[in-house]
Parts: sequence; C-alpha cells; structure tokens
Amino acid sequence: MSRIQTTFEKLKQRDRKALIPFITAGDPHPASTVALMHALVEVGADIIELGVPFSDPMADGPTIQRASERALKHGVALHDVLDMVAQFRGQDSSTPVVLMGYGNPIEAMGWEHFATRCAQVGVDGVLTVDFPPEESHEAFGHLHRHGIDPIFLLAPTTSDARIAQVAKLARGYVYYVSLKGVTGAGNLDLTAIAGRIPHLRQHISLPIGVGFGIRDAATARAVAQLCDGVVVGSRIVQEIENSKEQNVVANVAKLVKELKAAVDQA
Amino acid sequence: MYNYPDSSGHFGPYGGIYVAETLMGALEELNAAYEKYRHDPEFVAELNDDLKHFVGRPSPIYHAKRWSLQLGGAQIYLKREDLNHTGAHKVNNTVGQALLAKRMGKPRVIAETGAGQHGVATATVAARYGMECVVYMGSADMQRQAQNVYRMKLLGATVVPVESGSKTLKDALNEAMRDWVTNIENTFYIIGTVAGPHPYPMMVRDFNSIVGKECVVQMPEMAGRQPDAVIACVGGGSNAMGVFYSYIDMPGVKLIGVEAGGHGIASGQHAAPLTTNSKVGVLHGNRTYLMQDENGQIIETHSISAGLDYPGVGPEHAWLKDSGRAEYVAINDDEALRAFHDLCHFEGIIPALESSHALAYAAKIAPGMAKDKVLLVNLSGRGDKDMATVARVSGINL
Repeated sequence: MSRIQTTFEKLKQRDRKALIPFITAGDPHPASTVALMHALVEVGADIIELGVPFSDPMADGPTIQRASERALKHGVALHDVLDMVAQFRGQDSSTPVVLMGYGNPIEAMGWEHFATRCAQVGVDGVLTVDFPPEESHEAFGHLHRHGIDPIFLLAPTTSDARIAQVAKLARGYVYYVSLKGVTGAGNLDLTAIAGRIPHLRQHISLPIGVGFGIRDAATARAVAQLCDGVVVGSRIVQEIENSKEQNVVANVAKLVKELKAAVDQA
Repeated sequence: MYNYPDSSGHFGPYGGIYVAETLMGALEELNAAYEKYRHDPEFVAELNDDLKHFVGRPSPIYHAKRWSLQLGGAQIYLKREDLNHTGAHKVNNTVGQALLAKRMGKPRVIAETGAGQHGVATATVAARYGMECVVYMGSADMQRQAQNVYRMKLLGATVVPVESGSKTLKDALNEAMRDWVTNIENTFYIIGTVAGPHPYPMMVRDFNSIVGKECVVQMPEMAGRQPDAVIACVGGGSNAMGVFYSYIDMPGVKLIGVEAGGHGIASGQHAAPLTTNSKVGVLHGNRTYLMQDENGQIIETHSISAGLDYPGVGPEHAWLKDSGRAEYVAINDDEALRAFHDLCHFEGIIPALESSHALAYAAKIAPGMAKDKVLLVNLSGRGDKDMATVARVSGINL
C-alpha cells in the first residue's frame, strides 16, 4: 500500500479527515523548507503538498505567485526541491509528500528522470496543474511505472465525461477545487461543495480533498465535514510572508495547529 | 492539403490544451461555440460586413517602387494592414471574437496586450458592440506605450497594470487567464495571438487569414503573379499566420517568419525562440518552442518592439518550422530601426516597429535577388504608437 493510501486508511479507521497544508519549496528561504515540513507534521499535517516554484504560475493568485518569486530569487530549481524531500525523508518515512506545480520544469528535466528521482527521494504524488488528463497520458505513464501517484484537479465546471476520465488516471486522491478562481480567492460556497461531492463520489472511489479558498478554522471545519481532506495553501503562505524570518516556523505551526483542531472536530 | 490542427488542437507535437482544470469547461464551451458559428452564414455575413465597413477591408497591396529601386534587387510589395481601423491587423481577430462573444451571451470581454495594439483593437470592438472591457498590460509596456494606454481609456476600457514577473506581455497573459477563470460565466477572453490553449491558435489564425486570402487575389492583379516569398514578423505570430495560411499549399511561395533579434542573438537578449532552436516546453496553454533556462523557468526577453517581446511562439509556427514549410530568421533592433527610417524616407509610410523587422529582412535579401523577383511583406501595423520609442533611441525628447 502506498503512503497516501495508508494515511487515508488510518484516518478513516479513526473517523478523521486529512489536513493537507501547502507550502512553496524555498519560501522564504531554501534552508527553512525541511524544518518547516517537519514542523507541519509535528502539529498534525497528514500529507504535505510542496509547491515547485515556477516563473509563470497561471492558476495561482498573487500570494502563491509571490512565494514562487521569493523561491526563484534564491535559485530554487526542481532538483533542489527533490533534494529537500530526500532530506525530509531522512527523519520522516511515513508522511506523504505531494509535489504541486506546473509542467514545464518537469519537461525541462525530462519525465522519466523526474519520475525516477521522485521514487528515489520518496515523493508520493505529483500534481501538475496545467496538465489535464487529455495531455497527460505519456507523461503520467512515467509516474505510474515508478509508483508515483498522479493527483488531478476537478473543478465545479468539470463535465461528467471528464470526471470519468480523471477517475481512470488518478491515484492517491483527487483534489476538488472549491471555487471558480485562482488559489487564495475568497468566495467559498459551502452549499455548492456539499451538492457536488456526492456527485463526484459516483465516479471517483479515491479520497477527495477540497482546496482553494479555505482561510480559517471555521471554513476548514465546514469543508472537512463534506470530504476526506482539506487543503490549505494561500493562508499558510500568507503567514510565511507576514512573519519575520526567525518566527516563520513558530507562526505557521500555530496556524496549522488551529486548522488541525478544527478539522478534527468535523 | 494542409489540415492542422487535429481535432484536439495539435499541430504535430505542438499546441494542445495545457491549462488547469478550472479552465477546461470554458474552453469546451468556446470550442463548441466556434465550431457552431465559424461556418454559420449569418455569422460570416456579419463578420464580413464589419470587416468591410468598420475595419475598412480589403486592405490594399502597395508596390514600394522607390525603396525597391534603392535596394537594387527584388520588387517589394506591402500588404497594407497598417491602413486598417485601429492601425494594425489585430482588429481582424477582435471583431471575430467579439461577434462570437455576443452570440455566446458574454457581456464582458478581457484581453492581454503587449504593444497595446491588441488592447486597442479589443477596446474598439467592445465599444462598437457595447461590451464591458478590461485589458491587462505589463507596467513596463504601459510606460513604453503610453499613447495606446490612453487610447484604450478613451474607448472606455479599464487598463489594469500588471506588476508581476517581467511586467510585460507574458505576465499580462497570466493575469488575464486569472481573471477569466474567476469570471467565467460572463466573460469572454479575447486572446490576441495564435497562442494559448486550443481553439485559440486555430481561431485567431482563421480570423486573421483574411489577410492572406486577399493577397492571393491581389498579387496577380498587382504583380501579375504570386510572390516568390511572403515575409512577416513573428512575436506570438498572428499576422504571420494570417498572411501565410492561404499560401501553405503553394509550394512555390517561400514563407519567412522574422523574429526579434533584440541586441543580437549572441547577446542572449532577444525574443527569437524559433531562430535559436530554443527548447520545447509548455506555457500559456500550449506546447511550443520557449525561451527558458536549464530548469524550465521562462526567461525575460528583449525587443525594441513590445509586440514581439514574448518568450514563446504560436504552436503552428513551431510546426511549420519543423516541417520545413516556413523558415524563421531574426532581425536585430538596429536593423529594424534602419528599415523603419528607410520606409519613412523612401515611401512616406511610417511602419510599426514590429513590422519593421519583416521589412528589414526583405531589405536584407532583396539586393541579392533578380529585379523580376517578388517579395510580399505583411506591413502588419503603423508606427504612430512608436513615435516616443524611436525618438528616444534617436536621442530626441518629444
């Protein structure tokens, strides 16, 4: 069983939902990322989504774009992100790590080399925001062969035919985008999510995580009641941005602890 | 018969639909609408009517006799897209997309712009059809093209400065995509070049293909035959695709795309991904040649002309390059400027700096060709918008 599968199984036995925090690798500094990952696990992160910085993050809002820019200023490249995961795995062999980003840095490295390195360093899943299923068959074949789970997004506007297509290719979990917009937008519609998840479950047997627009304990709890996992990105990245460098780990830990408590109450 | 893209939007290995899931629904809707209306007689009639009476088509072809004589070789003919309403070829496409938006019931249009020509063309049609219009423009480009910014505002558009990344065209495109995904129900995104996810590269080409269609009819009237070569500048590549498209199946006509060589290819400061054989990658919804570093990050480009300052290129050009049907070359800033001044001086035509790259390449090869050879250059836009830039380079403060 994969680390992602094991994680969701264990949570299910305890009737709990997953908390999936997102940070951008190399933000605010390459040296702080691994410590930040351990701190996230310490306060209850079940899975970590680690953003791979990209120069043109089209699907992200300004908060995550600035995180990318900070990381790129330090020259953080995909191979550095993989090294960070290797270092993290030195002390944590159980928490799943999902790389989230855009296709071009992987294209530049080559999919086969990338998938091999992912398996070597202990990456569990890969979410390539701008590679929908239509364009993913060849690329994700490499991931499948190396036992890496391709994670797909589903949107409020995704047609049934495409949900079925995603169901065939996806492994690990699927990530339901809870609003129309970019990451970090504020217009979350809980009723719409509540109506949509049961429909997705007719096609998708994998756990369903929900993200985009979850900004505090209250929304995290409300969303957790509707699905299997809650992804929080921009709110955490904002905390990193607003903290003095020496306080980043402590401030993020405090925030994620609150989110975890809220998700556990769901 | 040349028949690209395939049904999923691929030109050989290029093109496709590389966008987040959040945009897929909108692209499916757009694709369905375009398929429904592209051959619809009523749609075609309305489009042609506006191209004639609002844009001023057909645009003439002009024999640049004095300049040709001066160069001492091939005869140079100019397709006068600079005479269109709004001053460039861009309006051919915005009229088409706005009419489609109207049929799709979208009251709000958005656009990205580099030089400002596409922004102006979009603001123009939005005013013409009574639509709300928001244009995203890199703040660096807004400084270079202050007149076009004011022009868009006069036409009732809101111009949003984009401060992220390199503050140029590619960043404006990112920002427009974000707007679109957020306002998908009521908004139509009018992309200005033959890039982006399918169906944009095909649709923008189709709307601009009127340029080449007219040339095929006009050249025999003007020169007694089709040209030996068609030359057009390539940033994203919409004017080039527009004039090339009808000539693709005529093997006797060479197709030459001219990219921005900036400070020179060797300097690294240019916008010539095809000429320099850049690595292929994925950006802005399609697979194509891209200027990028070894880690797959998109790098900043340079050109004196904002309209060519783009790190990628339309996927169909990538395919025409690989298939050998078209040839791609680069012209540096200073060569383009020389052609700009020469056309002013010898022909009384002030060309856009973008188009000046195509003119400069014609000027480069014409002297080595026989006097009965014929070059057709797409004069894609007029240079009024470039007064400040050209004056500054010449050390003049307007």
